[in-house]
Amino acid sequence: MPPPLPRRRLEKVAVNMTPMIDVVFQLMIFFMLTFNIIAPEGDFDVRMPLSKSSAEPLDDLQLPPIQVRLVSDAEGMLTGILMNGEPVKDFDELRQRVASFVDIALESGASLEDVELEIDSDYQLDYINVVDAITAVSGRIENGQLIEMVKKISFVPLEQEP
Amino acid sequence: MTPMIDVTFQLITFFMFVLNFSEAEQDERIQLPSSQLAKPAEGVVEAPITMQLMADGGVLYAGEIIPVENIGGSLQREREIIVAADKDPKRATVIVRADGRANTGDVQRVIQICQELGFQKFALRALYKPD
Repeated sequence: MPPPLPRRRLEKVAVNMTPMIDVVFQLMIFFMLTFNIIAPEGDFDVRMPLSKSSAEPLDDLQLPPIQVRLVSDAEGMLTGILMNGEPVKDFDELRQRVASFVDIALESGASLEDVELEIDSDYQLDYINVVDAITAVSGRIENGQLIEMVKKISFVPLEQEP
Repeated sequence: MTPMIDVTFQLITFFMFVLNFSEAEQDERIQLPSSQLAKPAEGVVEAPITMQLMADGGVLYAGEIIPVENIGGSLQREREIIVAADKDPKRATVIVRADGRANTGDVQRVIQICQELGFQKFALRALYKPD
């Protein structure tokens, strides 16, 4: 007669954690390395049909567009800003002038949709200046609140190739 | 051991959630200009076409660098796709991701070529940096 099997004792089973922790750390390192902070991106909406509105006769209610001229040197640096032909010192002053223009237009019963702005830039100018100009004219921040200004922005068509 | 594993799993979950898969559109060869007023797109942009303009004037399109003059062909194809999907090119949005150092004239030429193909809506993309 065979001896009786030893009765199994209730004892704690020690699971070997090491492989799991290895894998978990590998995963963690992978996700940490692929982690990169990306600044959120935003858009400026520009609506530009091919037929230029300035070619059409302006009707009486329509305001003439604000002309912003950006002058550049050969290196692409901004050397001058003109608003409706008048020189403007920097983008802050441009913002103030556009703000007063918009305020006058709003007081005389026009809506923001009626205010148009045309950007006429030199070919070589660095694009960053155009974005700065659009930032200056499209709104201002007062007491943490965004006040919208010009919504309709367009570019003056290129005259000739460089 | 258990607390350490708990913390590690938390960390993994965190990094999994912040993992960004939408990098395909973004390219470190392009340094976008930054602006405090660039507003993130509201809702879904209808039929977006992304044109990426590099500082030297080349357009990055479908993984290739194309000179600005030659983007007409690819755009024509995009237009056909949009028309085939029963959408109007007039309502499609061309997203212009141009490097801050690129010539404004090149940006305008990209826009002009798009206009000639009937696109009207443009979105000039910039980094949003409140300050």
